[in-house]
Amino acid sequence: MSRQIALALVSAALLVSACAKKRESLPPPPPPPATPIPLPEPAAPPPPAVGTTAIPGSMADFLARAGSDRVFFALDRYDLDSDARLTLDRQAAWLRQYPAVRATIEGHADERGTREYNLALGERRANAARNYLAAQGVAASRMTVISYGKERPAVEGSNEEAWAQNRRAVTVLVSGMAN
Amino acid sequence: MPTTARVRRLLAALLALAAAPAAAQLRVDITEGLAAPMPVAVPVFPTPTVTPTPAGDTATIGEAVARIITANLQGSGLFRPIDRAALPRPTHAEILKPAFFAYRTLAAQALVSGFVTANADGTLTVGCYLHDVFSEEELARQGFTVPVAGWRRAAHKCSDMVYTRLTGEAGYFDTRIVYVSETGPRTSRIKRLAIMDQDGANHRFLTSGQNIVLTPRFAPSQQTISYMSFEGNRPRVWLYTLGSGRQEAVGTFQSMTFAPSFSPDGSRLLLSVMASGNADIQAVDLASRRITRLTSASAIDTSPSMSPDGRRIVFESDRGGTQQLYVMNADGSGVTRISFGEGRAASPAWSPRGDLIAFVRIRGGQFRIAVIRPDGTGERVLTDGWQDENPSWSPNGRVIVFTRTERGGRSTLRSVDLTGRNERAIPTPLEASDPSWSSLLP
Repeated sequence: MSRQIALALVSAALLVSACAKKRESLPPPPPPPATPIPLPEPAAPPPPAVGTTAIPGSMADFLARAGSDRVFFALDRYDLDSDARLTLDRQAAWLRQYPAVRATIEGHADERGTREYNLALGERRANAARNYLAAQGVAASRMTVISYGKERPAVEGSNEEAWAQNRRAVTVLVSGMAN
Repeated sequence: MPTTARVRRLLAALLALAAAPAAAQLRVDITEGLAAPMPVAVPVFPTPTVTPTPAGDTATIGEAVARIITANLQGSGLFRPIDRAALPRPTHAEILKPAFFAYRTLAAQALVSGFVTANADGTLTVGCYLHDVFSEEELARQGFTVPVAGWRRAAHKCSDMVYTRLTGEAGYFDTRIVYVSETGPRTSRIKRLAIMDQDGANHRFLTSGQNIVLTPRFAPSQQTISYMSFEGNRPRVWLYTLGSGRQEAVGTFQSMTFAPSFSPDGSRLLLSVMASGNADIQAVDLASRRITRLTSASAIDTSPSMSPDGRRIVFESDRGGTQQLYVMNADGSGVTRISFGEGRAASPAWSPRGDLIAFVRIRGGQFRIAVIRPDGTGERVLTDGWQDENPSWSPNGRVIVFTRTERGGRSTLRSVDLTGRNERAIPTPLEASDPSWSSLLP
């Protein structure tokens, strides 16, 4: 795709983003800036395709271009740090390019919370990621959220490294991808 | 297999002569627990005629009944059963006229004895007697006619009779526990609803393990269980009807519902409803399906549990910044925080006696089972595991069953009494979590 078309898509996305912002009912902390919302940086241009064999629009392509399908959270928090926002920016750019793709955002917690609380915390994390993607121009109607609480850790183990990997929101493509 | 149908025919009181409320010189002080368990003798229950049954012959059942009663009384921490090998083997005729001298020699204070007979209609009758070994007084007697398949219930009923007569409180042995059976690696764990007698017998699975299931809770009627299931990737609260096996999602909520619990009269189901990053507590009237929202704070409000008089609800909320316990009126008014001090407080469960609330005290990365009065005073921590959670009360409000998870993930069920000194493992075939204790079976 040409650079011009990509930029046009980004511009269109920003317009959608402005609309989507109004519908957000509960942004996660930290609170959004009170001053006029700075326009998000245009998504980084997709990395050159050199060395990748992924079919455009496929799951592998999503992973290659976004860098990761997941973002991580601090203990008992659901705000997005700069690493998480960077990953979601790339995910959003890809999702904008493939508008037929639908995604489920899975929220997860580590094992150090009680069961019921973690179900809610996982949902808050999934919502934080979805709201951010929506603000970046991915139609909210394309995304659903589900919380698994502490029931589906990514890795086993009761230590800081494992817990850090388990506190996550994962963008799972569910339909509309290229095979 | 329909357990309920199997046991529904249980008929109490064959021997209708209840023991006169004699002066209770023989008594267990329940609040002291371990201090001095009462020595008790439970000899084998004889049978006048050895008769074969589908559950074994009546002599074999008589031995098993004594074994079950022994285990129940020992497990309470209030009694010290004397080694059965040292006990006399009474004849059927000796049940009414025990050889007290032999039991006095063994320093037993109480004698639990009885018999098993097979009836012409295929049922069994278990007679159950409680004697004071020193005064030679009969303190209680009851007879239970049960279907053969339900013979263990007679042993539990007999245990409850002894417990009640000697402590002055209702028992908890003729009860069941529903819980989540767990197997497989933590990253793809299979979770199934399972139900069993409180001593682990008559275990069976209720769900296949295809969907994650969490937090089952008994309805007071014990015919229904509410739980959370991820069926269809829509995590929400369901009802399971025992007997028919019917499963039904509760309400038409558009978002996740979780943490169900029944009102003590069984008419309402309390649950948490997730919306826009907040969880609110709502009540579903099970007859009309009318829904009432009880909390609306910008917070995670969850784990509601109603007081036995139905007038108040305890729940946890992070509205103050971290998880703490709050009590409100049943209509959602008058919210008052009751937990303070270091750490967090979660997953409250109101005692069936009304006097205490069990909960999870989170402090220093450790979860422990604690109790607190509804006015927020008298907090006591009862356990010391790495992660102890999901407390659920015995129907008499004296014992709490809970999940213990060790570092690395192994989960088992345990029970602890209110003294905190009598903690025990509850055997399950696989790993286990989220227990809910039934009320006494009818």
